[in-house]
Amino acid sequence: MPVMSKLKGISGTAEIVGVAESDQIGKLPNKSALQLHAEAASNALDDAGIPMSDVDGFLTAGYSTYDVAEYLGIEPRFTDSTIVGGSSFVIHIAHAMAAIQAGYCEVALITHGQAGRSDRARAAMNRGLPGAQYEAPYGILGPPISYSMAARRYMHMYGEDRTRQALAEIAVSTRKWANMNEMAYMKDETMSFDDYHDSRWISWPFHLLDCCLVTDAGAAIVVTTPERAKNARKGGVKVIGVGEGHDHSLISQMDDLTMPFGRNTGPQALEMAGVTHKDLDLTMIYDSFTYTVLVTLESLGFCGPGEGPDFVADQRTAPGGDFALNTNGGGLSYTHPGMYGIFTVIEAIRQLRGETGERQIANRNLAMAHGTGGNLSSTGTVILQRD
Amino acid sequence: MAEYNKPIPVPQPESDRYWEGARREELWLRKCLDCDQAYFYPRDICPNCHSRNTDWIRSSGKGTIYTFSIPQRAPHPGFAGDVPYIAAIVELEDGPRIPTNIVGVEPKPENLDIGMAVDVVFEKITDEITLPKFKLA
Repeated sequence: MPVMSKLKGISGTAEIVGVAESDQIGKLPNKSALQLHAEAASNALDDAGIPMSDVDGFLTAGYSTYDVAEYLGIEPRFTDSTIVGGSSFVIHIAHAMAAIQAGYCEVALITHGQAGRSDRARAAMNRGLPGAQYEAPYGILGPPISYSMAARRYMHMYGEDRTRQALAEIAVSTRKWANMNEMAYMKDETMSFDDYHDSRWISWPFHLLDCCLVTDAGAAIVVTTPERAKNARKGGVKVIGVGEGHDHSLISQMDDLTMPFGRNTGPQALEMAGVTHKDLDLTMIYDSFTYTVLVTLESLGFCGPGEGPDFVADQRTAPGGDFALNTNGGGLSYTHPGMYGIFTVIEAIRQLRGETGERQIANRNLAMAHGTGGNLSSTGTVILQRD
Repeated sequence: MAEYNKPIPVPQPESDRYWEGARREELWLRKCLDCDQAYFYPRDICPNCHSRNTDWIRSSGKGTIYTFSIPQRAPHPGFAGDVPYIAAIVELEDGPRIPTNIVGVEPKPENLDIGMAVDVVFEKITDEITLPKFKLA
């Protein structure tokens, strides 16, 4: 089990000093995934005021660190290709902190790049793995189907109508935030409750508007020591709590379809940080689907099992509501290239720095960013505090 | 047989017996001889207690719907002619849950519910592979 006394000992020993997207995000048929990594890396290092030549730790997912590092022309002394879906990049922050604390490196670069919409060379599945043997032949293939099966189970346990209303609340409130974000794919498209309920079925019980976007995008984060953070262009944001893990891969192997692994990573990260839910000014939760947000709020302990629909009622998580959630417009309405987790951290950093203009939250000291990967399989949580 | 262009399982050493059983229209599961729990999918090590003292049992093929969804958009070109269909997880009376399709019923939400009783049926897709599926009991 994680040793809390040791975790508390490294709380705050690394800081995030640079965050960025690729030059553009959205529909980018003229950019390869590696180009998107490189643009974001360059932009995030500029944001930090640190040259690429100072990078001595490198972390990425979906691509191997040696492929991306070679493309960037860097020679890392700490390398980590941990790949657990969209939670990977949140978990990389914890790994970067551990590596910095242990002396492996001083400047860790985390990159993401995915041409989710436009890729010309998609990877094929390994046909011998359990998912290919036991789920794919039945068309249980891809997140919209696996997550909608989980959502149906939730409806059975906690009521179909109130669950449906909760999913609609989340879709509509998230879109309102996107309407305030210049970078959002859905910046200019509003969404009413009728729009939500009238949107076509993708995989019942999921409407189209329960599902995240499919975009192209890159993103990057720079993590370093508190000493170097002092000289960073915009200062640093401390990483004060972390948690990571997974409990299954295939949706059919998930023990409780309504209680993902955040039940462990959320409480761990909060305890390590020495803070409680009520202390948080902002919560960024990976919204692959509306349902992901609903069960993640419950798993993280913001409310009890089955209480999520009451928690998000009446547009409480929309601009002007009293619970700031997914203020960039999320994977649902801002961007979702395939493994969105890194963007939860980027928005949290920008909010804590006070850089988010029209959508800026009032109090900006403490944020949680939380990624989910696979089929509700893995989670990574970080607690971030303004230095 | 008409061209079949959905994903086709490639049996592995630990699953040959499962697929051979399906070809005979029998559903076989692994069972741990130490913790006495049957489990899916087939592997030599028990995922519950991690014992390697495990065996095969023949399932009754009876169970209930644990959850389901109804894909309307094909997740793979092979399913383009099948949508909407019923993606499901069935809880077998032997214990484990198994991913599958519910067949023989029009794929509409009102025709299905969690907890409904189902029985295994077998669909031959190639000379080597037969897929266990389920129908309402």
